[in-house]
Amino acid sequence: MAGRKLLIENVHIPGIETFDVYRKNGGYASVEKALKKMTPDEVVEEVKKSGLRGRGGAGFPTGMKWSFLAKPEGVPRYLVCNADESEPGTFKDRYLMEKIPHLLIEGMITSSYALGANVSYIYIRGEFMYILHILEKAIAEARANGMLGKNILGSGYDLDLVVAPGGGAYICGEETALLESLEGKRGNPRMKPPFPAVKGLWGCPTVVNNVETIAAVVPIVNNGGEEYAKIGIERSTGTKLISASGNLVRPGVYEIEMGVSVEEFIYGDDYCRGIANGKRLKACIPGGSSVPILPAHLVTKTAAGENRLMTYESLADGGFASGSMLGSGGFIVFDEDQCIVRNTYTFARFYAHESCGQCSPCREGTGWMEKVLHRLENGHGTMEDITLLEEINKKIEGNTICPLGDAAAWPVAAAIRHFREEFEWHVTHPAEAQTRNYGLIQPRVEEIKAL
Amino acid sequence: MIKVTIDDIEVEVEPGTTILNAARQIGGEVVPPAMCYYSKLPGTGGKCRTCLVEVAAGSTADPRPMPKLMASCSTAVMDGMVVKNKTSQRVHDNRGGVVEFLLINHPLDCPICDQAGECHLQDLGYEHGSAKTRYREERRTFDPIDIGNKIKLHMNRCILCYRCVHVANQLTDKRVHGVMHRGEHAEISTYIENAVDNDFSGNMIDVCPVGALTDKTFRFKSRVWFLKPMEAECSCTKCSGKAVVWMFGNEIYRVTARKDKYGEVENIEDKTAWICNDCRFEKKDPNAWNITGPRKIDRHSVISQGKYATKIDKGLNKIG
Repeated sequence: MAGRKLLIENVHIPGIETFDVYRKNGGYASVEKALKKMTPDEVVEEVKKSGLRGRGGAGFPTGMKWSFLAKPEGVPRYLVCNADESEPGTFKDRYLMEKIPHLLIEGMITSSYALGANVSYIYIRGEFMYILHILEKAIAEARANGMLGKNILGSGYDLDLVVAPGGGAYICGEETALLESLEGKRGNPRMKPPFPAVKGLWGCPTVVNNVETIAAVVPIVNNGGEEYAKIGIERSTGTKLISASGNLVRPGVYEIEMGVSVEEFIYGDDYCRGIANGKRLKACIPGGSSVPILPAHLVTKTAAGENRLMTYESLADGGFASGSMLGSGGFIVFDEDQCIVRNTYTFARFYAHESCGQCSPCREGTGWMEKVLHRLENGHGTMEDITLLEEINKKIEGNTICPLGDAAAWPVAAAIRHFREEFEWHVTHPAEAQTRNYGLIQPRVEEIKAL
Repeated sequence: MIKVTIDDIEVEVEPGTTILNAARQIGGEVVPPAMCYYSKLPGTGGKCRTCLVEVAAGSTADPRPMPKLMASCSTAVMDGMVVKNKTSQRVHDNRGGVVEFLLINHPLDCPICDQAGECHLQDLGYEHGSAKTRYREERRTFDPIDIGNKIKLHMNRCILCYRCVHVANQLTDKRVHGVMHRGEHAEISTYIENAVDNDFSGNMIDVCPVGALTDKTFRFKSRVWFLKPMEAECSCTKCSGKAVVWMFGNEIYRVTARKDKYGEVENIEDKTAWICNDCRFEKKDPNAWNITGPRKIDRHSVISQGKYATKIDKGLNKIG
């Protein structure tokens, strides 16, 4: 049985993108409840109790992030929604905003109330211009119905909501680069500390949350944090949107209860229904392009032989040696025909293109990795190149201003860790590597079949 | 005052001091190199990553080590912090990595570069770089461009430290140049070949750690180590008028601001002694200056006098 849905349950109701239909189906109940019956601190308390963790990738507890917000007298505070969803393999926020925009607006109002923000921003990536219009229409409707503006629902609380588009840079999904961009500057990440909770947008305390995180505040306030925490396993509570892509029978956006097994998610009838065209699983990236890739034998089982579950902890089991991360939930599946070297090169090209160029390890390192991988992929590589890639990785990882350096280094490091023989095969069989894929001819497939 | 230990040397500094500045108070070998940080320009730092250090203990209150290497130029010290710079192999390795990154696209045209001899990248390369490159690809290239009639920009040599952008932001009225594009394609440039024309734009040359921005009135005139630096003053209405004139015989070849051992323009009477473009580019007549005496330069450079000798002596002592 597919689990409970808290966010996209009502997505299929016709007209849900309009205020009236959304309201009739129980929309804006959390705004009413929070503004009329709860103090801001009580809302924060509920979010803390819910155990909600940031859905943008890092998985930082949202309640804790909110409680870190500095509250100096006479200084405005801001809530910024990070709708700059640009991680390759992740498309859940786009789905949410496009299909049920009022859920985000509702979450923004409730969360802004909890944080005491009177102006809140939704920073949306430039490529989502059509969603910007959807959101602006929804905001106008909410305003016309008294959910935004002065004295919302007679509570005395004022809120303005602004949608700001970016220029379409991946780096602007990093929270401090996002703030720079929102301020109208070049989107270079800032040095931390100070963290945005102390000095964020225009030097004021700011909370930056992912679209899904803010949307999840709605069911948390409606049903209570404890109720939300009952879903899931241990520190991974609630539901999570997973963007499933790749060689699956039924790719798409799924809302899962945390704790569903990875096997169930890939092969279950309620979810992806297995690998397309009767092929076998070769590898899987469970959390968007930035997280380490897992070979087939580590996808459904951990190195210790336990079932791997869709939770922050279980996917990370085994650390980087044999685990990965839940990340933003960009679940990318590769069948036996896919070339890992080619895929790694594609990702490296992406990161080289998206590096802001501010700090040297990332600016030079990502470009270098891309070139070395290009050489390997096109049959001009040497064995030393594989070692070189590992060394470049080590020099980038942890030495950069923002996590983009790590995000660029991890996928390459993991691909070499788990598929080294495939890289070596590209060196030893340069001509063959151009026409066919390693996966079809190598014994590893037998190993995969055995599972 | 708070106590911090850097490479086993304890120092007391004001709260809020960065690790780099605390190290500068100790001086000598424990000072991490800095390519982008410039103490006289607020907002600089954190970009080049050459000043990374290991924080072995965060503070007395929380003595856990910091997992990542920290940029010493932008990390404030805490009471009881223990920092490792020269004594950490990890720092040495990663700094070597950063230097390698900075050099992969650098043209290494030191023999024809005006900055040679006072170039921080040259120093770093000497201290950390390996003699061979592992970079097999074609280097990124740009054509040199004139920005204004007095400054030449060699983007090939640029390490994107952003110092010149901060000079333009903080010393001149209107910034007409900046960083365009991103990642590997990022470059310093002006908006549509705009000329940088401002009384204080010449200071961009002084802050540039490499030979990306050079003085067009001095280009290819002489190697810096053949020139005799003299402290000089003039009565200038725009700037302090206190500069260094670089002479060969009785001729002034170039004028720069007075720089300290970290390559930063000195403070004179609590004000950073930036010099104006008139003093820098126009006053090449010795009669325009009151030359007060020789300037002692700690070139902090691979070719500064005696540096090779000391290195070799040290090596010989070790062997002997």
